[in-house]
Amino acid sequence: MSLISEGANFRGPIAAGAGLGLAEPSLASVGDYIALMKPRVMSLVVFTALVGLAVAPGSLHPLTGFTALLCIAVGAGAAGALNMWYDADIDAVMTRTARRPVPMGRVQPGEALAFGLTLASFAVVVLGLLVNVLAAALLAFTIFFYVVIYTMWLKRSTPQNIVIGGAAGAFPPMIGWAAVTGSLSLEPVVLFMIILFWTPPHFWALALYRTEDYARAGIPMMPVVAGDASTRRQILLYTLILVPLGIAPWPLGFAGALYGGTAVVTGAIMVALAWQVLRERRPAERASRHLFAFSILYLFLLFATLLVERGWGGLIARLAA
Amino acid sequence: MNEPDQDDGIVLTEAQKRARRSRSIAIALALAALVVLFYVMTLVKGPMVLIRPM
Repeated sequence: MSLISEGANFRGPIAAGAGLGLAEPSLASVGDYIALMKPRVMSLVVFTALVGLAVAPGSLHPLTGFTALLCIAVGAGAAGALNMWYDADIDAVMTRTARRPVPMGRVQPGEALAFGLTLASFAVVVLGLLVNVLAAALLAFTIFFYVVIYTMWLKRSTPQNIVIGGAAGAFPPMIGWAAVTGSLSLEPVVLFMIILFWTPPHFWALALYRTEDYARAGIPMMPVVAGDASTRRQILLYTLILVPLGIAPWPLGFAGALYGGTAVVTGAIMVALAWQVLRERRPAERASRHLFAFSILYLFLLFATLLVERGWGGLIARLAA
Repeated sequence: MNEPDQDDGIVLTEAQKRARRSRSIAIALALAALVVLFYVMTLVKGPMVLIRPM
């Protein structure tokens, strides 16, 4: 079943062609530019990167750690700005995004593009110069993945968009880890996998009660293309993969009993909520909203517990050094 | 005989001037912060600033 309307716009961004020139002097405020950086997404990115940085073995000067987090935050903001540049056409027709600076006309598409490219360049170069090259390379790849692979390619072309595109949001703990160690190992890969498999249940729960919005914009989200029932089954499937991954740091030995207990309890709640979503049928959307809201808390609790248990002592020691 | 063109270029409105000023201040602050960051990080790293491990 496809809910995408015949008139849906798949032709790409208004920004890519028509909007590069500045018709008149800009009225964009500093606040508009901050909004371009998607501060709420940025805060989650910074938090997960902080956890990667804090749980990594080895030492890092606190100021170097701060610089790494700053660069990761700015890099995430750059990716957000470039996403808003490219997606201005679909943002304009979706209720959730219609008030963003580019569709509202407060920031010209060309300004958003220049802003994003400038921030991305600075973030990667500064991270490479002041921290290490691996972390900078990972940050550059993350921005590329989010903007080119997800935004420009997958988002408009496949219902698997957020399954694959979720990798972009999963990289920050790896960047944080790489900033400390200059290398990668199993632990950051497990953190990466947790966020990767958390993304589909999280975004599909949202898409279930925003289906018309996505359909109107012509975005082939899973409920739009595969339908309601299939999406609900896949949410449960991905949740069943996510929960053992969430618990994995405990048996793998880089998290303790507090983390294990938290992961088991919150994982059980995730499965229960996903089960409720499976049993729910449109137009009811309560279970989907509950799962969407709890999924944010779930990820936060997992990483916060890991931070308290593994990273807090390390952070204190680094600050005292 | 035609009058010469009286082209004053683009004249900004007050709102546009205010927006430009706030953006200029934000850019200046960001650049100053970057200078301070490089300065302090150079002090922190000392001679190691020239060694950049993978």
